[in-house]
Amino acid sequence: MLEIVSDKSWKLLETCPLKTEFDIVKARQIVRQFAKEAGMGIVDQTRITTAVSELFRNMYMYGGGGEVLVESGIIDENNALIITCIDKGPGIEDIDLAMTDGFSSGQGMGYGLPGAKRLVDRFEMTSEVNKGTTIRVMKWK
Amino acid sequence: MNYNEKKIPIIKIRDYLIVSIQVDMHDRLALQLQTQILDEIYRTGAKGVLIDISTLEMVDSFIGRVLSGMASKASIMDAAVVIVGMQPSVAITLVELGLEMPGVDTALNMELGMEMLEKRISKD
Repeated sequence: MLEIVSDKSWKLLETCPLKTEFDIVKARQIVRQFAKEAGMGIVDQTRITTAVSELFRNMYMYGGGGEVLVESGIIDENNALIITCIDKGPGIEDIDLAMTDGFSSGQGMGYGLPGAKRLVDRFEMTSEVNKGTTIRVMKWK
Repeated sequence: MNYNEKKIPIIKIRDYLIVSIQVDMHDRLALQLQTQILDEIYRTGAKGVLIDISTLEMVDSFIGRVLSGMASKASIMDAAVVIVGMQPSVAITLVELGLEMPGVDTALNMELGMEMLEKRISKD
C-alpha cells in the first residue's frame, strides 16, 4: 500500500536526503531550480517551491525526516515536475482529517497539506500507521 | 555552507528598526530573528519595525506564522510592524495556500512603509 511507483519513462533529476532543517532549505532551492529550468513562470515556481516546503517541513517535524525524489515526466501530455516525499515516520491515521483546512496535530497552522495540494496540479498521498507516509506532487506549466 | 553563522542585521534609525531579510531562512533562523527583533525593541525603545522581504522568493506557512507572531508580540511591546516589498508571486501563493496573517500591516515598499509607521506613531 505504501508504494507509489515511478513511471519508467520518468527521468530522475535529483535525490535529496531530508534529515535536518537545513535540508528543507536546500531541497526547496533545488526544486525551484528545476522548476525554473522546466520553463515555469515565477508564480508557478513560487507555488511549487512553497508547496514542497510545507511537505518537507511535515516530513522533518512529524515523519522523522526522509528522502525526496525530484523527477520529470510526461503527465497527461504535460511536461511535469514530479516530487516525491518519502518518510518512515509514524504515518497519518486519518488522511481526510489531515487534509482538512485548519486541522493541525502539532505546532503548525494546519494549512500544510491542504494548502500544498491547492498549489500543485496533482497530489497523491499514501500512508500507513507505524510504517510511514509517501506524498507525491506534480506541477506543470 | 554553514547556515548557523548567518545572522540577519537589524538597523536602528531614529525611532525605527529596519530589517532586510536577504537569505532563504531556515526555521531556526526565522525564530531567532523574531527574538532578536523583540530584544532590540526592548533595548532601544523603538516604536516601529520595518521588515523588507522584497528578496524573499517564497513565504510558507511557517515563515508566515513567524512574521505574524512577531507583529502581535511587538504590538504588545508598543511597537508597530510593517512588512514591505512582498513580491506579487509570493502574495498570490500565500493567498492560495490559505494563509492569513492577522494583525500584519503591509506596504508596497520601504518608503510607504515608513510613512505608514510615521502616521501610526504620530496618532498615539
